[in-house]
Amino acid sequence: MVNWLNIWLTAMPGAVAQGMIWGIMAIGVYITFKVLDVADLTVDGSICTGMAVCAVLISKGCNVWLAMLAATLSGMLAGTLTGIFLTFMGIKPILAGILTQLSLWSINLKIMGKANIALPSRNFPLLISSLEKPRAIAIVAIIAVALICILYWFFGTRFGTAMRATGCNEKMSRAQGINTGMHCIFGLALSNGLVALAGSLLAQYSGKADINDGRGAIVIGLAAIIIGEAIFSRIAKNFIVRLLSVMFGGVIYYLVYQTVICLKIDTDLLKMLSAIVVAIFLAIPYWKKTYFSKPKQIKTAPVGKEESEDA
Amino acid sequence: MLELKNITKVFNAGTINEKVALNNLSLTLNEGDFVTVIGGNGAGKSTMLNAVAGTYPVDAGSILIGGQDVTRLSEHRRAKFIGRVFQDPMIGTAADMCIDENMSLAMLRGKRRGLSWAISNKDRELYREMLSQLDLGLENRLTTKVGLLSGGQRQAITLLMASMNHPQILLLDEHTAALDPKTAAKVLALSDKIISEEGLTAMMVTHNMKDAIAHGNRLIMMNEGKIIFDVSGEEKKKLTVEDLMDAFAKLGGTEFANDRALLG
Repeated sequence: MVNWLNIWLTAMPGAVAQGMIWGIMAIGVYITFKVLDVADLTVDGSICTGMAVCAVLISKGCNVWLAMLAATLSGMLAGTLTGIFLTFMGIKPILAGILTQLSLWSINLKIMGKANIALPSRNFPLLISSLEKPRAIAIVAIIAVALICILYWFFGTRFGTAMRATGCNEKMSRAQGINTGMHCIFGLALSNGLVALAGSLLAQYSGKADINDGRGAIVIGLAAIIIGEAIFSRIAKNFIVRLLSVMFGGVIYYLVYQTVICLKIDTDLLKMLSAIVVAIFLAIPYWKKTYFSKPKQIKTAPVGKEESEDA
Repeated sequence: MLELKNITKVFNAGTINEKVALNNLSLTLNEGDFVTVIGGNGAGKSTMLNAVAGTYPVDAGSILIGGQDVTRLSEHRRAKFIGRVFQDPMIGTAADMCIDENMSLAMLRGKRRGLSWAISNKDRELYREMLSQLDLGLENRLTTKVGLLSGGQRQAITLLMASMNHPQILLLDEHTAALDPKTAAKVLALSDKIISEEGLTAMMVTHNMKDAIAHGNRLIMMNEGKIIFDVSGEEKKKLTVEDLMDAFAKLGGTEFANDRALLG
């Protein structure tokens, strides 16, 4: 027992660092899944694109920040492609995402030129690395907070509110003169840009980029959103707090994941276990509503001007 | 102000379900006209409003708003000329957004949406003032999510939003049909007030003949995608429900078989 606890505690900083990186990715997923109300499967491919672009550029001696910027832009391009499938070509959201994801597999291979690239931190001046976990946690935290602040500002602007309206009520948005197609494409680009940025951090942290990395990323992103919502829904009224709760959702997901690993469960089963964990967390809000909801106190309506309006 | 020239719209063309919704229809609205539109189910009333709004393209004919040909403009580009209130109170507002955010969306209709803050304190003052005219106590609930409001409250807000920035034409598509009678009367009175105060040009579809007679300065009756009856001015003021029933039986060739129209 003591031994198990020791292993878990040693693994914890790593889980927190990785969880925060995946939390940034989950914020990208949040923009499509919650703000635009589109389930976007592009992320499984675009996170790998972010890793590939970053790894290739850094291994060729490019500046780390420039490599990360390039990774972000490549993700935005992938999102734009899905957006064009969705709006201009009228393909259903899930299929549009799958098509981009599939084509990204080939594109990622071409970017890397081979199936994987090693990015050892002793050879390259990486921003973060799993060898220095406290530093990685601090840097990822700063980047995450900066991103959350920028997103909070963005979604409060005229352009950003129009994007939120597009996801909330498309018909009303068009009636108010909002170009819903353009906002949808831009939202997907923004989302996948964040996902690819997370990918570039992940490649540095794990010191490699592999063509198979990122498979199932959408599941982790959704899990982080739902875990964050399930735990922080009472206090997460403000947009900033909601984005923070997505971040924490990512960290909690990784802590659970780490626990499963520490329990020495066959690693071949990990993908299945993550699916089960996600399924359970997805079910919690539904169970809460169906089986555990207390009957609401019926307020006796006072006879008044305003209540009569509610009829 | 609004000119429809020989517009035709056919749904499901070439199939067994082919439906001629608008049949070579022409209509001219003068500035300040408030036209009520009646007709049976499937007469083409909503299709006409949607054609003006650009929800779908028309098959033939042209649409001019304020002299400008908008026939080929997409729905969101046309929106700067048009204010709309829908039958379903859920459609006119974004449920997950606050009252002030919804109003700011309407405030920017037809304008560039850049990266400045959507709502300034000055805007908030303005919205509060506008909402206080509704007399629903909403002026103190600017940051309430619209989804928490009742259908009547949402419809009242939609009406305010639709009339912002003086649209060249206001389209009301059975906007009181989904409300209870008391709320419907209130929203209708509010529509009257806004249209006359702002001097808007408006078109209101209704199933209620009494309302169609009591409101506006002109009344048109539609049947099978055509306008079969068009009265305005003094002549309209003298109309009765019986007159309309007779006109429909004579001109439409069928009984006005819609009990909602009778009872409402």
